[in-house]
Amino acid sequence: MSTALVMFLGFIAVTLGITYWASKRSAGTSAYFAASRRVTGWQNGIAVAGDYMSAASFLGIAGIIAFQGYDGFMFSVGWLVAYLTVLLVVAEPLRNAGRYTMADVLAYRLKPRPVRAMASISTLTVSTFYMIAQMVGAGALVALLLKDSGISYRTAVIGVGVLMIVYVVFGGMLATTWVQIIKAILLMAGTILLSILVLAHFHFSLGDFFNAIAHVTYHDKGQEVVKDFLTPGLRYKPPYGALDLISLGLALIFGTAGLPHILVRFYTVPDAKTARASVVWAMVLIGSFYIMTTFLGFGAATIVGRDFISTHGGTNMSAPLLAQALAGNIFFAFISAIAFATILAVVAGLTISASTSFAHDLWTNVIHRGEERKPGEEVLVARISAFVVGAVAMAVAILLGPTANVAFLVALAFAVAASANLPVIVLSIFWRRFNTTGAVTGLAVGLLASIGLILLSPSLMAIDPPTVTGAARHLIQAKAIFPLENPGILSIPLGFLGAILGTLLSHEPTSEHKFNELLVRSNTGLGAERAGAH
Amino acid sequence: MHEAKAPKRFEADKTEWDRIAETREFKDLMATKKIFIVPAFVFFIVYYFLLPLLVGYAPQFMATKVIGEVNLAYLFALSQFFMAWTVAWLYVKAAGNFDRLAQDIIEKAETRTAQQGGQ
Repeated sequence: MSTALVMFLGFIAVTLGITYWASKRSAGTSAYFAASRRVTGWQNGIAVAGDYMSAASFLGIAGIIAFQGYDGFMFSVGWLVAYLTVLLVVAEPLRNAGRYTMADVLAYRLKPRPVRAMASISTLTVSTFYMIAQMVGAGALVALLLKDSGISYRTAVIGVGVLMIVYVVFGGMLATTWVQIIKAILLMAGTILLSILVLAHFHFSLGDFFNAIAHVTYHDKGQEVVKDFLTPGLRYKPPYGALDLISLGLALIFGTAGLPHILVRFYTVPDAKTARASVVWAMVLIGSFYIMTTFLGFGAATIVGRDFISTHGGTNMSAPLLAQALAGNIFFAFISAIAFATILAVVAGLTISASTSFAHDLWTNVIHRGEERKPGEEVLVARISAFVVGAVAMAVAILLGPTANVAFLVALAFAVAASANLPVIVLSIFWRRFNTTGAVTGLAVGLLASIGLILLSPSLMAIDPPTVTGAARHLIQAKAIFPLENPGILSIPLGFLGAILGTLLSHEPTSEHKFNELLVRSNTGLGAERAGAH
Repeated sequence: MHEAKAPKRFEADKTEWDRIAETREFKDLMATKKIFIVPAFVFFIVYYFLLPLLVGYAPQFMATKVIGEVNLAYLFALSQFFMAWTVAWLYVKAAGNFDRLAQDIIEKAETRTAQQGGQ
């Protein structure tokens, strides 16, 4: 049995133990969906970080920086600065006025059924797309990391899927929270160690390190090239590179505050003040982590090199290969186990937010008009839907296969969050005139614009050479109609426009009727949901 | 159910929420929040989007080396982290004040409802 497999099994054993412990404390709706709202500020802060820093950011960002230098670091910056939107605009009003989902805040003064139905569709879309991207990545990665132990892609996907279902179905939000906390601590520890080793490699001289970054050597089409990896422009090239960078920035800055799996985390704390503290804790961790992507990404570029990474698993293997180059197989196994923990914590967070939205918004409030027919029904439905969501994500990931081109699904999730969710959350809290029609049209336009523009973008439309086969081929074999990878620059204004026009073109005095109540509740915390007793 | 044991939530009818929204204390709270949040939001948006704008449209300028091999692009990107932490820290300091004002409104509302004996 390889060292990596032993470490994977160790992590699984610990998290299953936590799930067993949590399962005894998850009876009752608020216990299951919101960990009884008794999570402390620092715990929730670490859990937010654990929920947020996906495999895309740990493995993906190291790879992008290792291959495309400075432009990759632009993701790192946006991923942290985005938390200012969460802190200043969304976290506290949401905690003050909501119960379990983002739709709670919208349903306060708008007609609950249409608004919840649309908000739930948007939540399920974001979560499922994001989850499929993580599962395909996870399967390919675990299969690669555990190659020596004979684990195939299919086994890896099923393993990840079953674990995430077990965490969520039995342990609810409490188990999910602790899986995320452990993952975040492991990820920080691994990243700090890697960073120190990279610096040690350069004899703790930042001058030597940056000197190496400025002269990265690799082969491109058989020719040796030397590039300054600190110079912008290796990824985002003219004519559309600049616009794409701005569009990416918009999706990150406004999308993070609309990601359902991040928003539900703020319901797990006792009050808005603790929600605020948890955002600050998250920002300390997330910021430190993304600054250290300098060492991970540029370290891989200079110490391992593009040539070696390309022939040993590709961009996503940059961080594990860096660990191997610096400290051998044990450290490679440790970093691989962290990557595995990272994926599991994120998919568990996505599963619980999707199933909460299905049970609380669609089942109880839309289908049964706000009545729980039997006590515990909502939690039961959530458990069943967590199972279904997990099974669907597993099946899709297996059908797509390890070579599928899925990176765009993460961009899509952020685009939908920024273009559909964020505009309606903001307008419902701040605009008295806003109404149901506006919320429904805003969500629909934001969702459709994001999906439509991604379909027409270079992520899905391109002409592949005949050597590219199967799922790796682009879906539409033609020149892209929309030239940007990130639709935010167009889809976010469209989402706002849809919401504003929908409102102005309709008449609905009842939605203004309860605006004062929402305004007072969201700004003072008067009448907010309290923490449950033990 | 666990909620049953939790402290009772504040409930009130529409006229009471409307009344609170019109009080001087609540308007003060909203004004105090706006004075901090609006400029802070505008500042961080401008500061952040200067980065992709400059990197995208003035890459040669941003490639200017400042300290050894370290260029303007990297330093400006790095400064974004400290900008975000600073704005967050200032917000937490300002929010202590929001909490005091909000607490005052909550106490008054709860006393008033209790005196009316409705809840």
